[in-house]
Amino acid sequence: MYTEICNKYTPEKHNLIQILHEIQDTHPQHYISDEAVQTVAKYLGIAENHIYGVLTFYTMYSTKPRGKNIIRLCESPPCHIKGSQNILRKLKALLDVQTGETTRDGLFTLELCACLGVCGNAPVMMINNDVYGDLTDERVEEIIEKIRRGNQ
Amino acid sequence: MKFYRSHILVGINETSLQAGVEDFLHSLRAELSKHHLQEEVNVLETGPLGFFGRGICLSVYPENINYQDVKLEDIPELVEEHFLKGRPVGRLMLDAIGKFTPKFDYQNRIVLRNSGLIDPESIDEYIGFGGYEAWERALTQMQPIDIVNEVKKSGLQGRGGAGFPTGVKWSFTAPIEAPQKYVVVNADEGEPGTFKDRLIMEGDPHQLLEGTMICARAVGASKAWIYIRGEYKLCIERLQKAIDKCREYGIIGENIFGSGFDLDIEIKIGAGAYVCGEETALIESLEGNRGHPRWKPPFPGVEGLWKAPTVVNNVETLANVPFIIKEGADAYKKHGTPDAAGTKVYTILGDVAHPGLCEVDMGTTLRTIINEHGGGMKKGFRFKAALVGGAAGVFLPEKMLDVNMDFASLKDYAAVLGSGAILVINEHQSIVDVLWSILRFFRHESCGKCAPCRNGSQQLYKLITKIKKGNGSMDDVELMLTIAETMFATSFCALGQSPVLVIRSAVEYFRDEFIAITKK
Repeated sequence: MYTEICNKYTPEKHNLIQILHEIQDTHPQHYISDEAVQTVAKYLGIAENHIYGVLTFYTMYSTKPRGKNIIRLCESPPCHIKGSQNILRKLKALLDVQTGETTRDGLFTLELCACLGVCGNAPVMMINNDVYGDLTDERVEEIIEKIRRGNQ
Repeated sequence: MKFYRSHILVGINETSLQAGVEDFLHSLRAELSKHHLQEEVNVLETGPLGFFGRGICLSVYPENINYQDVKLEDIPELVEEHFLKGRPVGRLMLDAIGKFTPKFDYQNRIVLRNSGLIDPESIDEYIGFGGYEAWERALTQMQPIDIVNEVKKSGLQGRGGAGFPTGVKWSFTAPIEAPQKYVVVNADEGEPGTFKDRLIMEGDPHQLLEGTMICARAVGASKAWIYIRGEYKLCIERLQKAIDKCREYGIIGENIFGSGFDLDIEIKIGAGAYVCGEETALIESLEGNRGHPRWKPPFPGVEGLWKAPTVVNNVETLANVPFIIKEGADAYKKHGTPDAAGTKVYTILGDVAHPGLCEVDMGTTLRTIINEHGGGMKKGFRFKAALVGGAAGVFLPEKMLDVNMDFASLKDYAAVLGSGAILVINEHQSIVDVLWSILRFFRHESCGKCAPCRNGSQQLYKLITKIKKGNGSMDDVELMLTIAETMFATSFCALGQSPVLVIRSAVEYFRDEFIAITKK
């Protein structure tokens, strides 16, 4: 599977970030495994440690398995003053996890992130590719419930 | 062309997509047809509408009425009342009591002139509105040196934050003889509170492409890269569509318009690092490395991407260029002040009545921007401060509301225009708390390459946390300033040099708050 993704790109180092994105996005656990790193290193002809360097530098990548839905709550100043910390408390309670952890059913991973550029609707979070704005405790509950139901 | 009695503009953006705008459009069109209004009322899918409402937002022209949070079940009432009987539905309007209309008449739109008016996914509409005329002119009637001189003459300054004159930047790269040169579009917008570039790309992607093309021609680059942050899914999608259409129409490619000039544009997606907004860090990231800034000089204009001469420009900067080439530098200079030409796109946020974006002439006062375009303070709140320019910006107190917003005027007050984010803070908010949030941001985003920023940002966060908890003293406040000043003097790039401004402005204008909290 990893080789197939690699083959879509020319074997040049500048494609590394795009290849890693695609590997992570297509993996059910949203992460980049050691095996994937080995495949990409071989394909691009670069050292594995270079790839780990890149992986750990950018916040969007993970080297550990994560949940089906990645929640990224914005904690930048515009969301902070609109109460993103309360939303974080609510999410932690709802999911029974701490920041960076995955729920036991593997459905959610809770993460924090810097500005998502949707500040007109602060506080904001992203779940996978979808943006959710104007968050309140009730809305967060609704969103999580909806995803849980959709998964049954 | 068909004529309609009314146009309903439906904003397609992250928020509305998530609210199910696709189903909504389908039902809206069906409902209009049910009343035989499909020939009279036109439904247009467009980008940002110039205001931020909840859920699905609509603007109706020529009535100029804005609706927000319109749900599927509201459609029958909306169509029957507004479009059949001509009675706008008060309860759905943006402002519950009457209507709030963003003051477009105060705005002289250059960058956003098509946003919210044309379908951003249609190249034909862009061309219909005069698009790619400037590109044709630049390619067939102007020499590269003429383009550089015209942009120089216009006085356009970089809109990414630093305000470096764009024409001058281009003039470094243009005369260099090199087998390959590049243009890089910096679309890695990450400054907290800033999303102007997202709206430009969502609302009018072709304008950015046209500016990029003209820049490439001016400096002799045959390849342009757009480096865009990974979170901007809709922008990526729309830009890719726009590029594909340009290729199909022969607007880019080989021997464009028979001029012998070749150009290709490609998108690269970032992976979440604030520092990549710094041009040399961005170049490192483009090459497939960690986003660590490089030593300057040599500047990218001389030695950039793969050591080739590279011009790096912000999205908004390039979106100004088609106007300058088409209408001329003199027309451009009619906007703004003698020292700062043109317009600036601002995002107004926080405790204002109507968060949104606006494009106004350079030099417009902060008061005008907040009151005229943000609808003033939210009801029941008093103004305390505005954080201008994001995390790398400054706090401005009430007494500075009448400062002209341009690069030079703000510099006199040790302030910066930065990216154009205006975060309005009310009297109940604690400046210490906002500063804590900013310093937490810097701690997280420091890339770790140089010691002053890596260690300094950590220490600043520790100190502000201590102060916020009420365990600090005024000595700790002074220590923060000393650390930030050291970081300013010794850090490798602008990231480490930034915290000093925001800390200094907080301590200078809101010293009482620090005194009160450290006395606890």
